[in-house]
Amino acid sequence: MRFIQDAFDKARPLFEKGGKLELLYPLFEAKETFLFVSRERTASGCHVRDSIDSKRYMASVIVALMPCLLFGIYNAGYQYLTGIAPGQPTDIHRCLWEGALRVMPIVICSYAVGGIWELVFSVVRKHEINEGFLVTGLLFPLVLPPTIPLWQVAVGISFGVVIGKEVFGGTGMNIFNPALTARAFLFFAYPAQISGDQVWRVVKDGVDGVSGATPLLVAAAQDGVQVVDRVSGAFGGWSNLFLGLIPGSIGETSTLCCLLGAVYLVATGIGSWRTMLGVLIGAFITCFLLNQACKDNTAINALPFCYHLVSGGFAFGLVFMATDPVSAAQSNTGKWIYGFLIGFLAIVIRTLNPAFPEGMMLAILFMNAFAPLIDYFVISRHMAWRMKRVEA
Amino acid sequence: MARFTLKQGYDVPIAGDSNPEVVDGALATVASVRPADFIGIKPRLLVRDGDSVLAGTPLFHAKDDESQVFTSPISGTVSEVSGVVRGDRRVLLAVNIESDGKNEAVSFEATSAAAIPGKSSEQLRETLVKSGQLALFRERPFGHVARAKHTPRDIFVSAIASAPLAPDPAVLVEGNEEYFQAGIDACAKLTLGAVHLSVPGTGSVCSAFSGAKNCQIHEFSGPHPAGVVGVQIHHIAPVRSRQDIVWTITVQGLIQLGKLFVLGRVSPEKIVSVAGTSALDRRYFRTINGAPLQNVIRGQVADETIRYISGDVLTGTDIGAEGFVGLYDDMVTLIPESIDSEFVGWMQPGFRKHSMFRTYVSPWLPKQKHRLDTKVWGGHRALFASDAYGKVLPMKMFPLFLVKSCMIQDIDEMVGLGIYEVTEEEMALCEYVCPSKTPVQKIIREGLEFLYAEA
Repeated sequence: MRFIQDAFDKARPLFEKGGKLELLYPLFEAKETFLFVSRERTASGCHVRDSIDSKRYMASVIVALMPCLLFGIYNAGYQYLTGIAPGQPTDIHRCLWEGALRVMPIVICSYAVGGIWELVFSVVRKHEINEGFLVTGLLFPLVLPPTIPLWQVAVGISFGVVIGKEVFGGTGMNIFNPALTARAFLFFAYPAQISGDQVWRVVKDGVDGVSGATPLLVAAAQDGVQVVDRVSGAFGGWSNLFLGLIPGSIGETSTLCCLLGAVYLVATGIGSWRTMLGVLIGAFITCFLLNQACKDNTAINALPFCYHLVSGGFAFGLVFMATDPVSAAQSNTGKWIYGFLIGFLAIVIRTLNPAFPEGMMLAILFMNAFAPLIDYFVISRHMAWRMKRVEA
Repeated sequence: MARFTLKQGYDVPIAGDSNPEVVDGALATVASVRPADFIGIKPRLLVRDGDSVLAGTPLFHAKDDESQVFTSPISGTVSEVSGVVRGDRRVLLAVNIESDGKNEAVSFEATSAAAIPGKSSEQLRETLVKSGQLALFRERPFGHVARAKHTPRDIFVSAIASAPLAPDPAVLVEGNEEYFQAGIDACAKLTLGAVHLSVPGTGSVCSAFSGAKNCQIHEFSGPHPAGVVGVQIHHIAPVRSRQDIVWTITVQGLIQLGKLFVLGRVSPEKIVSVAGTSALDRRYFRTINGAPLQNVIRGQVADETIRYISGDVLTGTDIGAEGFVGLYDDMVTLIPESIDSEFVGWMQPGFRKHSMFRTYVSPWLPKQKHRLDTKVWGGHRALFASDAYGKVLPMKMFPLFLVKSCMIQDIDEMVGLGIYEVTEEEMALCEYVCPSKTPVQKIIREGLEFLYAEA
């Protein structure tokens, strides 16, 4: 690898101050640190440092997302094949191939368009390219339906990166999770494609196609059948919902894959187990109370917690969106409160609000806005305790 | 006796332990007194090149307090060539004394060890200040050198070596048990409250510590920074406000203090351990305060580019091959400088990488020690929250928010979040683990100085 390093060393003067390509230094820096851990020596404070950096930190989230992505590709192919002609052979190779044809353009589009914005801002602001984008660029496609038009992907990720992150000053300064901001933008700007009454499984000739309902839509319907029977009947039982071979957004359908991601994030110390557990507890208690209060067991209010867990974007949001280290609460107590309220709000929006079948995205965005307030509350209490100690 | 078991913290897996065998270092022909060791004072010089001095002769005093003097550790002359060293804008960097080999000292009142508890605190204090040995103490809040105008609420000593590769205090105290006790007795007279001695909560504790009298003994166990005195103060009797002043002193500082009162003279002898993979002869060496680094490493170094650190790898100072051991340091660490870069390092599985985060393979393997170099391992980024800081600071506080409040110089928040309880030392591990590579220690020091100047 010596020759690559030499090539970089040779090109370096071009990009440094006074060089011809000075403006593009962030691009140079990004390329170089992508390939080589920098030689930079510690200058102040600790003489040695932990070998983690923000690249590794963010890359770990991408590793955790891999099961969701791979299964999402498979499932997109599976839904496509069963959608165009029921009874077709659905062996794994065909599903992966057909799925990849639909999913990979979305992922590539998201990375390419978002990457350009990231570069533009780093050049204008003269800061290095932030790795947070690596995560955003993959999270965003995974919360989209596989039939989304690519131009919407491009518009969405542009909104997410620019308005969701860069206007605040880049990764580490943003208030809202950029991927969810992008998703929310598409959700409200182009509701027809992202969540009309049904989720498209196949699109033929641009407009026509086959569609299928998601579990939450089925649960919200009213046909006199018990809600549990209705949902599990439509999707082959709870275990199938858990595995995720159902129509829905690319990466969200499989709770099992989200669980694998969660195990990885918690084991490596990257994701906050406090936030995750907080969401679970909040949702469980809310569901339990709603179930108790609900007399009519055909209504969505009677849907037990275990079905909420496996339907829609609940598990995906819980593991990957709520735990975003930048937009979540940052104190440990705050994480519990933040998580609990996300769980509570997600269930409330799902059940008590007829306008939106899915509540996870809105709940997380809402709590993103409140996270600083939660931290403020926690910190104020701590400061009050310390003041009291001074007087004692 | 109180026991404290600390859960948070992290032992940096660094290789290069030193062998606890005490041998004589090279004879010191020169000793350096450096104002940089004494944070919080501005020096005013009292000697000139060519002056002859004794051990205990004042070299400079604090600008705002003439009684607070800083003295020579040995007898000799202020070197003609490089005696008074000044830096940019004539800042005094060092006063170098060339030894005359006679080891003569200014004599102060000598008191038998048994008589120290009977002395009045004024008498002891006078000797302490006049001899310049007040500088053996540092104070909290702010982590400055102890000031003659202050009387400490309590005095704290840590006899726990939790810092990476730090020397075993039991070895340091060996043969000096009486002076150690005399030092404690003297401290007990210097404070309004008590002397607090922290000892390891696990394993056997040497009798000089476990049997120490005239002080309160506390047991601490847990990973680094359990041995850092500021962490212990937090658990024993925290610093509550700006006026709540406590002093700290090292184990070897106590021994020197004991010798001052018992022998009636400045006694600069101390032991410095040599550690780190770049040092070839890693043992404990007898030397003196202000001795050149070369006296203890004696050229026994690996053939590579080396970082010479006075102190440990987390909080020490880069002094260079020709530097001098810091007054408060009882170790030097030699580690290789980072010279190479690693191809797609952040993507590798990392069988041999040191990390508290378990994203690499090595933290999952049985404990191994690594040959650490001075690589930063990544670019500097905006400080994004991760749980990391809280995992390595065993104190009831919010380190991440404290660092942020220092960055924006919000005094109310700094105070409310407990800035008075910390110095760089306690926060060093936060800097070590930070994925954004934030210079935490620098931020905390600047925050402290900003706050100090605001009064």
